[in-house]
Amino acid sequence: MPQNDKIVKVENLKMYFPITRGLLRRKIGDIKAVDDVSFEINENETLGLVGESGCGKTTTGRCILRLYRPTSGSIIFAGNDISTMPERKLKHFRRNMGAIWQDPFGSLNPRQSAGGIVGDPLLIHHMATRKDIKDKVAELFRIVGLDPAMMDRVPHEFSGGQRQRIGIARALACSPSLIICDEPISALDVSIQAQIINLMEELQEKLALTYLFIAHDLAVVQHISDRVGVMYLGRIMELADSGELYENPLHPYTKALLSAIPVPDPIAERTRTRIVLRGEVPSPVAPPPGCHFHPRCQMAIDECSQARPPLRDVGNGHYVACIRV
Amino acid sequence: MALLDVKDLRTYFHTEYGLVKAADGVSFHINEGEIVGLVGESGCGKSVSILSVMRLIPSPPGEIIGGQVLFEGKDLLKFPPHGPQMRAIRGSKLTMIFQEPMTSLNPVLTISRQITETLELHLKMDSHSAKQRAIELLKMVGVPDAAKRIDDYPHQFSGGMRQRVMIAIALSCDPTIIFADEPTTAVDVTTQAQLLELMKDLVTRLNTSLVIVTHNLGVVARYAQRIYVMYAGRIIESGLSEDIFGNPHHPYTVGLLNSVPKLGERHGTRKLIPIYGLPPNLINMPPTCAFLPRCTAKIGRCAKEPWPELRAVGKQHYVSCYANIKGK
Repeated sequence: MPQNDKIVKVENLKMYFPITRGLLRRKIGDIKAVDDVSFEINENETLGLVGESGCGKTTTGRCILRLYRPTSGSIIFAGNDISTMPERKLKHFRRNMGAIWQDPFGSLNPRQSAGGIVGDPLLIHHMATRKDIKDKVAELFRIVGLDPAMMDRVPHEFSGGQRQRIGIARALACSPSLIICDEPISALDVSIQAQIINLMEELQEKLALTYLFIAHDLAVVQHISDRVGVMYLGRIMELADSGELYENPLHPYTKALLSAIPVPDPIAERTRTRIVLRGEVPSPVAPPPGCHFHPRCQMAIDECSQARPPLRDVGNGHYVACIRV
Repeated sequence: MALLDVKDLRTYFHTEYGLVKAADGVSFHINEGEIVGLVGESGCGKSVSILSVMRLIPSPPGEIIGGQVLFEGKDLLKFPPHGPQMRAIRGSKLTMIFQEPMTSLNPVLTISRQITETLELHLKMDSHSAKQRAIELLKMVGVPDAAKRIDDYPHQFSGGMRQRVMIAIALSCDPTIIFADEPTTAVDVTTQAQLLELMKDLVTRLNTSLVIVTHNLGVVARYAQRIYVMYAGRIIESGLSEDIFGNPHHPYTVGLLNSVPKLGERHGTRKLIPIYGLPPNLINMPPTCAFLPRCTAKIGRCAKEPWPELRAVGKQHYVSCYANIKGK
């Protein structure tokens, strides 16, 4: 198989959600949630996706899980294009993908026991029998730092951090190679977040996992990711090694995003320059022509509104979609 | 002389599971023209402390058991919460900006009505001049096309714009202190930066004091001059922002600072140091330090003696801990 160090290859992915109106549900437009996005995820790495709400980062993750059928484009997972694969065939691939969700309250069935939640994927994929499932679930509990004695409890008996551990155990159940983590820590208290981040890092090392880590908190994403992609209004604006992205941001949006994040150091804060963006993110129903960011960009020139800038390589795996840099 | 002086505030909630001491001996003060940060995790009592000052604690189940809130020479806790004295202060001299701008604005009233209501009530303006003033206020907080948009309803505004409306309402009667309770938690970072810069510029220009209640350490580091750190209903450390971040003393403050990833740190260079365990359940708390079960610096005294009082460890720097630890 060519390029088998790339676990996922996303090419020209588009995901449009139709807007319909009236009794006949006539289509009157599209929400362009993901608008022609391409990237790769290497084996055993963490690729971070950051951006503000509505930028398409979650939709991208859901497309890779094939919870959505993409409008166009391809998603190569383990050498196969899964973008148009029928459900029946998908099951085999889904076993190799896990997902950790944002809300540890909403993503666990409140009436099912924690052990049941974690064990279900094993039964569905015939990876355990009724006999040995208890042992397998107990092992998963131990891996994520939960006491297996708590298997029979229901989600509301756990704290937020513990619930997120249940979510992680469920994601790990079928020993997947790829885990899509959609804002896995943003619903947790600050003092608990570090516990979960460390757990995820340890698990990655131990189980050779690949993560797609989706979050809005750039400091967290940068901490956990090898490479980071910055999204804005359905497109990737910049993609680089995570240290490089911070030390040498090229895209004006990345610069603004970085400067907008307050850092917990008052002395550093005094000397930091702030780029306060004008206006708000435009609607993905009618995005601006050309570069999606140009109406808010301080460096914009006429050409910016005419053609979409391609995501080009500027060396060392640093990609940027801007004609002004 | 402090504008507002809160002394030993105790706000308890009577729940069916037991007594919750949401604020248990909280003391803080706000000086003129100062930006103060009140930081802590959810459930630490930061919002309850502010709501107690504003006399907005629902009773029952809540009850202010004791303490003093001194403002303009009067103890606000002596007034009935819905009496004329409190109503004259709340919304005019002491105002609030709430976290969730969608639920804190009335969805069936126009933006105009929600701003002019405050002006007519407190400043006795007539409806025409109130509306003119409301348009000015909206312009001041950066709502484009203010004269036209003033007759819109909240759902026609974006999250950031709604929070600007909240700021306009909070500023409308030329307040002495604005309490902003997680003002930017519901919005994106670039919008957060817009709003906080706006608030900082406005309070500096108008010489208003601002209290930012938040769990975001970065926000207080950037904007607050003085910081109070809360844990389990108490203030466990307070001081100038440089002291809290540069020389933290309480193991909880140190733990919080070590547990957040720092922007710009290269991937893989540092492992986060989490605070182990869970935030305490506030029902039927033991008399000892609430951080004890999670503390890595505990000494023999900690388990035997009651929660330590705040003691001075520097100029304006106070900490409530028996152990002598030096930060970072």
